[in-house]
Amino acid sequence: MEEFVLMKGNEAIAEAAIRAGTDGYFGYPITPQSEVIEYLAAAKPHERTGMVLLQAESEVAAINMLYGGAGAGKKVMTSSSSPGISLMQEGISYIAGSELPCLLVNVVRGGPGLGTIQPSQSDYFQSTKGGGHGDYNLIVLAPASVQEMADFVSLGYDLAFKYRNPVMIQTDGALGQMMEKVKFKPQQPRSKKSPDWATTGKTPDRERIIITSLDLDPSRQERFNEKLQVKYRTIKENEVRYEKIQCDDAEYLFVAYGTSSRICQKSMQMAREEGIKVGLFRPITLWPFPYNEIREMAGQVEGMLSVEMSAGQMVEDVRLAVEATVKVDHYGRMGGIIPSSEEIVEALKQKIIGG
Amino acid sequence: MTEEIIIAGFGGQGVLSMGKILCYSGVMEGQEVSWMPAYGPEMRGGTANVTVILSDNKISSPILDTFDTAIILNQQSMDKFESAVKPGGLLIYDGNGITRHPEREDINIYRIDAAEEATKMGSTKTFNMIVLGGYLKVKKLYKLESVIKGLKKSLPERYHHMIPVNEKAIHRGLEIIKEVATVN
Repeated sequence: MEEFVLMKGNEAIAEAAIRAGTDGYFGYPITPQSEVIEYLAAAKPHERTGMVLLQAESEVAAINMLYGGAGAGKKVMTSSSSPGISLMQEGISYIAGSELPCLLVNVVRGGPGLGTIQPSQSDYFQSTKGGGHGDYNLIVLAPASVQEMADFVSLGYDLAFKYRNPVMIQTDGALGQMMEKVKFKPQQPRSKKSPDWATTGKTPDRERIIITSLDLDPSRQERFNEKLQVKYRTIKENEVRYEKIQCDDAEYLFVAYGTSSRICQKSMQMAREEGIKVGLFRPITLWPFPYNEIREMAGQVEGMLSVEMSAGQMVEDVRLAVEATVKVDHYGRMGGIIPSSEEIVEALKQKIIGG
Repeated sequence: MTEEIIIAGFGGQGVLSMGKILCYSGVMEGQEVSWMPAYGPEMRGGTANVTVILSDNKISSPILDTFDTAIILNQQSMDKFESAVKPGGLLIYDGNGITRHPEREDINIYRIDAAEEATKMGSTKTFNMIVLGGYLKVKKLYKLESVIKGLKKSLPERYHHMIPVNEKAIHRGLEIIKEVATVN
């Protein structure tokens, strides 16, 4: 039986990556997620499982190493923070367009540009609405604890291989830097088998396998896009994940993910002490977004406050979900500032209850 | 029980590791814990602080504005965090380098001259363990054996020969902490 250990969120991702049987990690250090590659370097995964750990010369190189590794059917991952993830967008689009599985971790920091190294959630649009070019979607998982940082690594790989689609863990600097207790799953062996679509070298008994995102024939490219959309619909039908906290008697609702959802839990306790019945809806998959489940809450509550460390990005999906049947507003801080639980309660009163 | 603590001082004083040992002590007794350091620009100028939460229940926000206890180890931290102690809460400080002593009248204040004591003991690195001992004397949160186990978990094995001297420092802290003013 594994026992609890104390670890930073970033370190938990790294340890979970080794235990999930990752074949290769390719990355380039950037605050606030450098502990991922630092932990891996110290843990010597090549001695534990034979896992490759490679510090690339840039984020652009790292994502293309992922593309190659994924094409060979390997379990590959990278991690970075906002500006580094922006650099990777071309490669991410190619990987999605080639229907390859991989795991991406974005420990978000304040932007735009080089921004700041403090926590933020302002990459929601980039993660959930594209980021790179073309009609593609990432599956986006949003952990809210160090335990989930660890657990979502293997969940991420499972989903990536099930749907042959890149999966992103979108977290932030606070969850990356904080320590909580965490229990790891036992070591999984690295897979010895290759998926049948992997480019592992042609044998005489079969046709060669070609992995590409290019098809110059528009009708074939349209058919491929239609196939992708069928896959995305299947994911939307089957993979929506969320958590509802104290929603049964709720008259108002916070909608928040990641670090914001943790702060909102405290705000919820404070508001309830004042007699305000507020619940918390926490999307765990940011894509596919829990539209239906939030729409159901619209019939019950008098208003919803989307709380994000951004200028208001997820709030657009909350509004889409409820289709103007209930009041929705946004509260957030930007540029690396984390809102306090007190100011969130105040925002609920002013924007939703009194507004 | 939920205890919300800020530990603040200079980088190199062992602020972060003291918080980690406290968290591991809690883990040893089956508690929920969180450890949230200030990082980045807040660290510039040599200050370091960490928010530690120890609780019987699942912890909501790891980031706080007010605290049950502030452990303050330099003047900048006094200026920043004295006002953040909840009324009726606890402030522990080391008098070394403090030019403006705490002035609140609605909180419990204890002083521990750990820097001076660590020098006397000939082991300045155990400074933070003296402070930890003082805190445990006032709050009596955990059995000493859980704290020692926590210490073992926090230290890499190559430093395990240092455990006896750290244990001695914790005991010394229990002895030398002094009450300045109490409200309850």
